[in-house]
Amino acid sequence: MAEEVVKFKVTIDGIPVEVEPGTTILNAARQIGGDIVPPAMCYYSKLEGTGGKCRTCLVKVSKGSEKDPRPMPKLVASCRTTVMDGMEVQNITSPDVVEARKGVVEMLLINHPLDCPVCDQAGECKLQDLGYEHGDEGTRYEFERRTFERIDIGDKIQLHMNRCILCYRCVFVANQLTDEREHGVLNRGDHSEISTFIHKALNHDFVGNVIDVCPVGALTDKTFRFKNRVWFTKPVDAHRDCPTCAGKVTLWYKGDEVLRVTGRKDEYGEVEEFICNTCRFETKHTSDWTLEEPTPVDHESVIGANHYLNFNPPSVIHEDKKLQLANEEQLARTERLK
Amino acid sequence: MGRKLLLEHINEPGIQTFDVYRQKGGYRAVEKALKSMSPDDVVEEVKKSGLRGRGGAGFPTGMKWSFLAKPEGVPRYLVCNGDESEPGTFKDRYLMTHIPHALIEGMIVSSYALGANTSYIYVRGEMMPQIRILERAIAETKAAGLLGKNILGTGYDLEIYVQPGGGAYICGEETALLESLEGKRGNPRIKPPFPAVAGLYGCPTVVNNVESIASVVPIINDGGEEYAKIGIERSTGTKLISAGGNVKNPGVYEIELGVPVEEFIYSDEYCGGIANGKRLKALVAGGSSVPILPANLISKTINGDARLMTYESLADGGFQTGTMMGSGGFIVFDEDQCIVRNTWNFTRFYHHESCGQCSPCREGTGWMEKVLYKIEHGQGSIADIDLLWDIQRKIEGNTICPLGDAAAWPVAAAIRHFRDEFEWHVLHPEESQSRNYGLAHYADPIKPVAQ
Ligand SMILES: Cc1cc2nc3c(=O)[nH]c(=O)nc-3n(C[C@H](O)[C@H](O)[C@H](O)COP(=O)(O)O)c2cc1C
Ligand code: SF4
Ligand code: SF4
Ligand code: FES
Repeated sequence: MAEEVVKFKVTIDGIPVEVEPGTTILNAARQIGGDIVPPAMCYYSKLEGTGGKCRTCLVKVSKGSEKDPRPMPKLVASCRTTVMDGMEVQNITSPDVVEARKGVVEMLLINHPLDCPVCDQAGECKLQDLGYEHGDEGTRYEFERRTFERIDIGDKIQLHMNRCILCYRCVFVANQLTDEREHGVLNRGDHSEISTFIHKALNHDFVGNVIDVCPVGALTDKTFRFKNRVWFTKPVDAHRDCPTCAGKVTLWYKGDEVLRVTGRKDEYGEVEEFICNTCRFETKHTSDWTLEEPTPVDHESVIGANHYLNFNPPSVIHEDKKLQLANEEQLARTERLK
Repeated sequence: MGRKLLLEHINEPGIQTFDVYRQKGGYRAVEKALKSMSPDDVVEEVKKSGLRGRGGAGFPTGMKWSFLAKPEGVPRYLVCNGDESEPGTFKDRYLMTHIPHALIEGMIVSSYALGANTSYIYVRGEMMPQIRILERAIAETKAAGLLGKNILGTGYDLEIYVQPGGGAYICGEETALLESLEGKRGNPRIKPPFPAVAGLYGCPTVVNNVESIASVVPIINDGGEEYAKIGIERSTGTKLISAGGNVKNPGVYEIELGVPVEEFIYSDEYCGGIANGKRLKALVAGGSSVPILPANLISKTINGDARLMTYESLADGGFQTGTMMGSGGFIVFDEDQCIVRNTWNFTRFYHHESCGQCSPCREGTGWMEKVLYKIEHGQGSIADIDLLWDIQRKIEGNTICPLGDAAAWPVAAAIRHFRDEFEWHVLHPEESQSRNYGLAHYADPIKPVAQ
């Protein structure tokens, strides 16, 4: 007989959910999904120890638990606070949370260069989304912004420290996926900077993942630099037999050309599996890959803006000669991608 | 004269050496504890004493000790926090310099109580002379058989190591201290887990301030109840106060908790009044992090009661009209001091010392500094004062560690009590560059507010 699983009941913005003990508020909210999921800029479920830093995921615990119903005195980081049975949490239903989050967004932006027009991350940048969804219009900051020089981390990765929000995700990647850590944080406060010790190139099969975990345009793929705006490219999931990693990736097409390769990301921007540098940087031909299907893209994302919905033409087209003729061009493109 | 427990023999020539310290009755507490008490007895005595942490938060030490997890086969650690870097606070340095054996003795007794066989004293990196002094004291104690293997033949082993810090204020925050002690970057940890469960190297750990640990010695010598007789309410025992600023006699004083603030400032036994015959304008009672008070809230609380040097009385009135005991850094401002300039100065410190992990503190402290610079230099607007208020509010309570709060409180309190001085800087940009606002009405008696 299976042991009875104890589950904790939590209510987030009035919506109840049952989760395993030890689950964080953020992950409980993700089980519910939708608008009540707090934004998370630093937490990354695949990297142990992340979270707690950016403070965008702050929520209010209006009832601690069934046993101890007192509310928590301060807003808490939902990514690092575990649920208790009977806990009641307010996210978007609490004006305090909404206001505090606005404050955090403002703080994250005061030293940000706002150079989206020349940033390769634009269109898939979590800070853009955050600012749009949770920020205020305009800024009250009138001082000179902190600036740094660009740094090349090896020949494939570029660091624009100006854009960094110090989420530490890339540091955790360097810690957890590579053998020797050469990538960390120097200095402190708002003069902290991500650095790879004396510009030493991080040479490791998995280091390219720092690009994928970076929520902003601070760590970008140099092989993709200025090649295209992401919303003009078309993501297609593909795989290959890779001796180093699982080989499951997203290829970003412009016409026939694969402009870049990334890990496959879920709706929270987290990769499903980390990929190796060979998959990311060295195999950029359709012939290297077995294509699967177009990457599902959030319908609100700009990437979906000029998008085909299904890789396989809808069956109505298959069955209808007239429609096939009308969609000749699309079908040809689909053929090519196969 | 108040009783002296920690500094009783401070003027004894050679008290920093083991021999003189021992002659004056030193290490009696080690003998008593190790030979006649169980570790739990020691914890019980400390609980009875009502001793509250002297590092800033004032958490009852005995209670903290009883929370220490004790899983089988896992070492436990005592870590002494000697990182003392709070502006205005210099009492731990004084103790470590002049009577280092008081700390070593306290370390032995406390480690015994907690079942720790390895203990660390983490000392701020700039205090190299104190580090040498402590190392010498440890060597002397070891040579005398009071430290090391099988202390006094009781079978209890203890090693104490002194670890120099890197010289960062944030490494005084207990979890940042543990990270630093482990050889990592001194970033505060996200709690839970608390150090009592997973501290140094993941093992149960107690972090205590230098003075808290030294206070265990008189508690064991005289008994917790004796200690608790000194002081008022939940503020028991004696406390080191480092007095600075515009007082006649700055320095470190041991007071019995409960001394009236007025007496502490004006009596010749302590600060001896305001220097150069000036008038008192403001007080930061417990180190730069606590709210500043204007002259009319210093001697008396808002209810008209005398304000005393106790945790409760200093905090009377909450954030509206009270302050905190903090770490005992008592900074007195006379009528010639500019509150705006001072607030800017404090904020510069917090900006410089923020570890940069969490967004509100990392970005907000720098922002506040820039706005304050602007106001202080006659380029601010009234809207800037409101902006400043809003920034501090966005930082407070929304950060990983209390440094964010510590940066926000002084700004909030300065605006709360001295808003017209800020406005004067804005409205008189030129005049404010050539003279100070002065005492203004800050010493005028305020009407007591009925509860
Ligand atoms: C930013 C910051 C700096 C601190 N610096 C010190 C310090 O220098 N010395 C100290 O004893 N406690 C310091 N503390 C308090 C410690 O975190 C901790 O509460 C204290 O060492 C506990 O000792 P106690 O219980 O004996 O007071 C600091 C706290 C913060 C948030
Ligand atoms: S470079 Fe990117 S991933 Fe690394 S800390 Fe900065 S924002 Fe985060
Ligand atoms: S509050 Fe400031 S010092 Fe504390 S963890 Fe956050 S950034 Fe670091
Ligand atoms: S996601 Fe929770 S603090 Fe950053």
